[in-house]
Amino acid sequence: MAEGAWDKGAPRRRPRRRKGAHLLRSWRLYDAARMRVALFTTCLVDALFPDAGKATVALLERLGQPVEFPLEQTCCGQMHANSGYFEPKLVRRYVDVFEPYDAVVVPSASCAGAIRHQHAMIARDASDEALATSAETLAQKTYELSEFLIDVLHTDDVGAYFPHRVTYHPTCHSVRILGVGDRPLRLLRNVRGIDLVELPRSEECCGFGGTFSIKNPDVSAAMLADKMESVIDTGAEVLCAGDRSCLMHIGGGLDRIRAGVRTLHLAEILATTEAEAA
Amino acid sequence: MSTGDLIWTDDPAFADNAKRAVENSQLRRNVRKATGTIRERRAGLVAETPDWQELRHAGAAIKDDVLHHLDAYLEQFEKAATARGAHVHWARDAMEATAIVTHLVRATGHTEVIKVKSMATQEIGLVNALETAGIAAHETDLAELIIQLSHDRPSHIVVPALHRNRAEIRQIFRDHMPDAPHDLTDDPLALAEAARLHLRKLFLKTPVAVSGANFAIAETGGLLVAESEGNGRMCLTLPETLISVVGIEKLIPTFRDLEVFLQLLPRSSTGERMNPYNSVWTGVTQNDGPQNVHIVMLDNGRTRALADHIGRQALRCIRCAACLNVCPVYERTGGHAYGATYPGPIGAILTPLLVGVEHAPQLPFASSLCGACYEVCPVEIDIPTVLVKLRHDAVQAERHRARDATFQAAANAMSGRRRWTAALKLAPLLRFLKHGAPPPLSRWTRTRDLPDPPQQSFRDWWTKNR
Repeated sequence: MAEGAWDKGAPRRRPRRRKGAHLLRSWRLYDAARMRVALFTTCLVDALFPDAGKATVALLERLGQPVEFPLEQTCCGQMHANSGYFEPKLVRRYVDVFEPYDAVVVPSASCAGAIRHQHAMIARDASDEALATSAETLAQKTYELSEFLIDVLHTDDVGAYFPHRVTYHPTCHSVRILGVGDRPLRLLRNVRGIDLVELPRSEECCGFGGTFSIKNPDVSAAMLADKMESVIDTGAEVLCAGDRSCLMHIGGGLDRIRAGVRTLHLAEILATTEAEAA
Repeated sequence: MSTGDLIWTDDPAFADNAKRAVENSQLRRNVRKATGTIRERRAGLVAETPDWQELRHAGAAIKDDVLHHLDAYLEQFEKAATARGAHVHWARDAMEATAIVTHLVRATGHTEVIKVKSMATQEIGLVNALETAGIAAHETDLAELIIQLSHDRPSHIVVPALHRNRAEIRQIFRDHMPDAPHDLTDDPLALAEAARLHLRKLFLKTPVAVSGANFAIAETGGLLVAESEGNGRMCLTLPETLISVVGIEKLIPTFRDLEVFLQLLPRSSTGERMNPYNSVWTGVTQNDGPQNVHIVMLDNGRTRALADHIGRQALRCIRCAACLNVCPVYERTGGHAYGATYPGPIGAILTPLLVGVEHAPQLPFASSLCGACYEVCPVEIDIPTVLVKLRHDAVQAERHRARDATFQAAANAMSGRRRWTAALKLAPLLRFLKHGAPPPLSRWTRTRDLPDPPQQSFRDWWTKNR
């Protein structure tokens, strides 16, 4: 492992939250009290949407789960892979940086999906079987945010307060690549004060698709137009999703037509409490 | 193998075709309505099939078994079919296949054939090849008839005239079908009746038929055609000579395996519990049906696809087109934009796998990788993963200096903490590009704003606050 500033010595203890219930759940919870968790913000959030990262940190810390941010992290390599450029060195970096942790939280289903479904393929393409095996092991302890909250921390009520009309877009990679199911919606339904409205044709792609939006701009724009129409039809003030990338796309379109709908990452809503909202 | 083997494919400029298609509002309306209808019917039937996921696993497993032992199954099939009186021919590519069929038709002394709808014959451009040889091939599937009459091209694997609405079909019949009634309306029943009367004459007078097959049964040497209109049944039973062009991947090991596929196929393709007509024939039956039965086994790039360890799963495809009906890209562009026999998500992988990605380098990029295709595929073809793999092949087959350099620079910037921190310092520049960036980013800013750059990156915040 490369040396890194993230190595902060002895892991901190995490307080127990629910009496007894943990005995019935996965083996991870036995380790939960000593669990070292790293945050992989993703390159996009690091560079352009730090609020989603800050919200993830605030949320996890409020739930009693300390989180570390290894500064050596950069990008999972999905943008490269989906554009045809396999970068085993980015897979290597992800593995080196995050292997020492018990769990990695990613506030992006798309990037978590790439880690689970592309890293091993990219390593094998470069004939690096050892890297592929490490990547597969690490992928199993890499969680998208809603998965981490529900499957590891065993909570679907994070005590958030958000008194706004919100609609939720289930991003393609969250429902079809990761299969997060209704986890994000369960979390949102338990937010106090929220007026959660259903998005019509919600599971249809917004047309982003990474470099697809540049390579096939006309099809992408046509898909975006339909998605924006659905969003505007709900009368929501806020469009929420678990991927800042898709939100950048839909939000960029909504801003262009001055639709007056803002976009927030799931973490940003879940991190908001009554104290902050007041 | 030349690109001409897969008709129309000559580096289809998908992005340009798609731009034109997206601007055609009537086309978009037609495609959206039709795919939406089939999509809903399919979803309803899948919901009522409790073992749907098990059926998908079984379908994928049976096809994988066939692909892993294709040599043995092909020989078994040939032996069984020959023993039952069929003549089995082998065609390496489209040229060989069309030459064999042309020769067989000529040997009958007839100059007209009736055709069952078939993707394999589309793929090899059989109708055109026969026409060049002076043989008229009449399509008898209603949608294929509409396409043939209007000198159009199919735009869908199962519903080839899906891009046409009934008003347009009425006009096509009036303009191109000499025996259409003068008072033809756009009532679907009236349109179907006009086509029936037109086709009936052809069924009764044409002694040679050409078909494909949905399944070839290795155990028995039998072939199966599934269809909805009964035109297939006519073509498969009335003529004296029956010539079937069958892709070598159409094999299934035993008759019993149909149990799985005849549940998967109709639900996935037309949204029905069962196809109205399932015709199975095994060689020649004395004094019943065609007495002169030929089977042309077609490779045409399939062994090339089989050599691709990730892409070979595309050969499981049973041509149900469920992936087309759920694809958000197909829904906006229709099938013609793909420029090849096989449109939609399956076409975006199958075409490059069959002809070589260097001849269709744009097709693997004709997808937002949303995964809807994989979710509905009855034989679990992981289309998004194959697309990504083919993109990798395409980028290597066709070097593009500026693009390669851009991705190289990005990868370099991401391969070290100091470099990445330095690269983040460029983010504030976005402010000047927000509403209009230079190419190629202009393709983004034409319809969307770029985000406002943040005051500080996440890592700057973390370093200062933690």
